[in-house]
Amino acid sequence: MSAEERFSDEVLETYERLKKEAEDGGYHLNPDKNFTLRLLQGLIENEKRYGYWCCPCRLAFGEKEKDLDVICPCYYRDSDLEEFGACYCALYVSDDWISGKKKHGSIAERRPAKFMRDGYSESAPPSSTSPSSHPLPVWRCKVCGYLCARPEPPGKCPVCKAGKDRFERFM
Amino acid sequence: MKFTHVPGRNAKHHVTLYALSTCGWCRKTKELLDANQVQYEYIDVDQCQGDERSEASNKVRELNPRGSFPTVQVDAEVVTGFDEDRMRELLEL
Repeated sequence: MSAEERFSDEVLETYERLKKEAEDGGYHLNPDKNFTLRLLQGLIENEKRYGYWCCPCRLAFGEKEKDLDVICPCYYRDSDLEEFGACYCALYVSDDWISGKKKHGSIAERRPAKFMRDGYSESAPPSSTSPSSHPLPVWRCKVCGYLCARPEPPGKCPVCKAGKDRFERFM
Repeated sequence: MKFTHVPGRNAKHHVTLYALSTCGWCRKTKELLDANQVQYEYIDVDQCQGDERSEASNKVRELNPRGSFPTVQVDAEVVTGFDEDRMRELLEL
């Protein structure tokens, strides 16, 4: 049944692009291609519904600010990859997961209960602790941790491609 | 809430699945039930709008305080996530 499943060109093209981006950045898409294509189909569906790639395994609020932490790649991906070998929806997996060192299965939700209930909210920026000697603010990508010092965060994270609105002031 | 009823020869237990249509683990849960001819009902909460969506997500939180998907009710027990071993145990598969 699942082996015969057909996917649109859009899903297949997205798969090729994302796979390349993932590998270039040191990440891996789930090698169960059918499972991965279904997730991508879900992400594309969510793009049409909400206007952004809300995680296929989480219920969207439908307001970008409230879903900001679970737009794929989510803020929890790297921690989940480290601890469980896969992100929450298992679109991204680690070497240990691929080699079978980490058990395959669905994992516990890392997103705080408060965000699950009320949606994401930003914590206050650490402006009071910023050293005043630095001429430029330092911005941190909340998806992958990339740091850069410039007047504004970049339009897109050069490492993980997350959008500008997913950066926080770090220093 | 409008549930979809899936008929099956194995109707020993009352099974209700709260799912997302886009979620791979929810899909695996449905496949496990289908492959074992289990009779169940499900609702894809992401496909609900307005009051039905809030009603369904409140119900999920009542069964599973994390509010995550899939959430499966098997008789009086609740299974969260795709937990094949636990499902097999509860469903006597």
